[in-house]
Amino acid sequence: MTAQHLVAARLSFVLLALLAAPASAGVLPDDRADILYHYYDGGGVTIEGPSYLVRKSIGEQFSFYGNYYVDTVSSASIDVVTTASPYEEERTEQSVGVDFLNGDTIMSLSVTQSEENDYSAQSVNFSIAQEIFGGLTTVTLGYGNGSDEVGRNGDDTFSDTVERQAYRLGLSQILTRNMLMSMNLEVITDEGFLNNPYRSVRYQDGFGFSYQQEVYPRTRTSTAAALRTRYYLPYRASVHLGYRYFTDDWEIEAHTAEVGYAHPFGPLSVDLKYRYYTQTAADFYSDLFPFENAQNFLARDKELSTFQSQTIRLGLTYDFLEGGWSFLERGTVNFFYDHILFTYDDFRDLDIGGPTGAEPLYELEADVIQLFLSFWF
Amino acid sequence: MKRVSGFLLLVSLFVSGCSIEPWVKPYERDRLADEIMLFDRDPVSSAYIHHVYEAREGARGASGSGGGGCGCN
Repeated sequence: MTAQHLVAARLSFVLLALLAAPASAGVLPDDRADILYHYYDGGGVTIEGPSYLVRKSIGEQFSFYGNYYVDTVSSASIDVVTTASPYEEERTEQSVGVDFLNGDTIMSLSVTQSEENDYSAQSVNFSIAQEIFGGLTTVTLGYGNGSDEVGRNGDDTFSDTVERQAYRLGLSQILTRNMLMSMNLEVITDEGFLNNPYRSVRYQDGFGFSYQQEVYPRTRTSTAAALRTRYYLPYRASVHLGYRYFTDDWEIEAHTAEVGYAHPFGPLSVDLKYRYYTQTAADFYSDLFPFENAQNFLARDKELSTFQSQTIRLGLTYDFLEGGWSFLERGTVNFFYDHILFTYDDFRDLDIGGPTGAEPLYELEADVIQLFLSFWF
Repeated sequence: MKRVSGFLLLVSLFVSGCSIEPWVKPYERDRLADEIMLFDRDPVSSAYIHHVYEAREGARGASGSGGGGCGCN
């Protein structure tokens, strides 16, 4: 299991709440089907697979959806090449959900199940969204609960769990005829086995360095607050700005900022985006500990180090069924390309090598491709 | 007495709040209803890309459109 994959499995319950989020409290989401192929290539890891999403309303008050998602991982990442062997694995995830519209209120419920050979996760999410002030404002309250089971391949005696809760508050606001704003607050608490059962930290042993297993705290509580706006330009195009602040009790502090532009040209839409992310390290992170068992908690997970990431995106959407066809109202083919650069301030590249503690700092470039078809009916 | 007045003030604010006239009328929301103004135009795609980030970054949460959309209907 890669570090990325482990975290992905754990966080899927948070992200799948996105699929369930209604576009507006007074109207159900559109009936649509999406067939997506995703591909990630970066740092010796390739992850690809499909994601299928179908959403259909029944009557005027209910909208149901189902999602099936697969990650097929082939990993020879920096963690793997320094302490383990390359491997391949697969994770599948299914979720179903329902939205119920009653007047200006939408209640949403979804359940998700994720499986891989050494990790399984289940979660339930609930939210209620209410329009107020004549539809100018939508307030959303949400709650999520997740339970994971963690195993370790090759060690049948190892088994542990993670329990997770998420509390969400959202507010979206019409500011002017041309401007929208949304604010989101989310608090997540975890309790259980939060590290990766395969990963090690390194420490100085007098000759160079040796490895020992990482040890994380068994609890984590994080808070994230985000503000996003969209502005309609004098011609048919929009710009959007977003900022998110994050903090947790592992002493990670992060800022995320993004700016984007969307411009339709007839049936073709172009999306451009730039995203900047920066974080400080967890207080128990070190690239190189001074000796074995140097402290009670030990991590050398690059996701917990001090680093920055930058992304540029090009998105193209082509409307190929503008007038509809048969029972289909509309169809689009979409291509999104993201290029991400991660630069680490205190995670060193042991694959290149060098004097202990003075190896070059690690960098990672990733290409992320999404190709998908969407149909409205 | 102060508490009662405070309570009454809150109640009156709440009640009058419910009757606030929308300063952007429903018929003035055509631009906001355009799909280029959606915070989450393609949920299957945004769920995936957030998944990419949350797997590689320490931060998590508040990435969604849980606040809803434009209330344009």
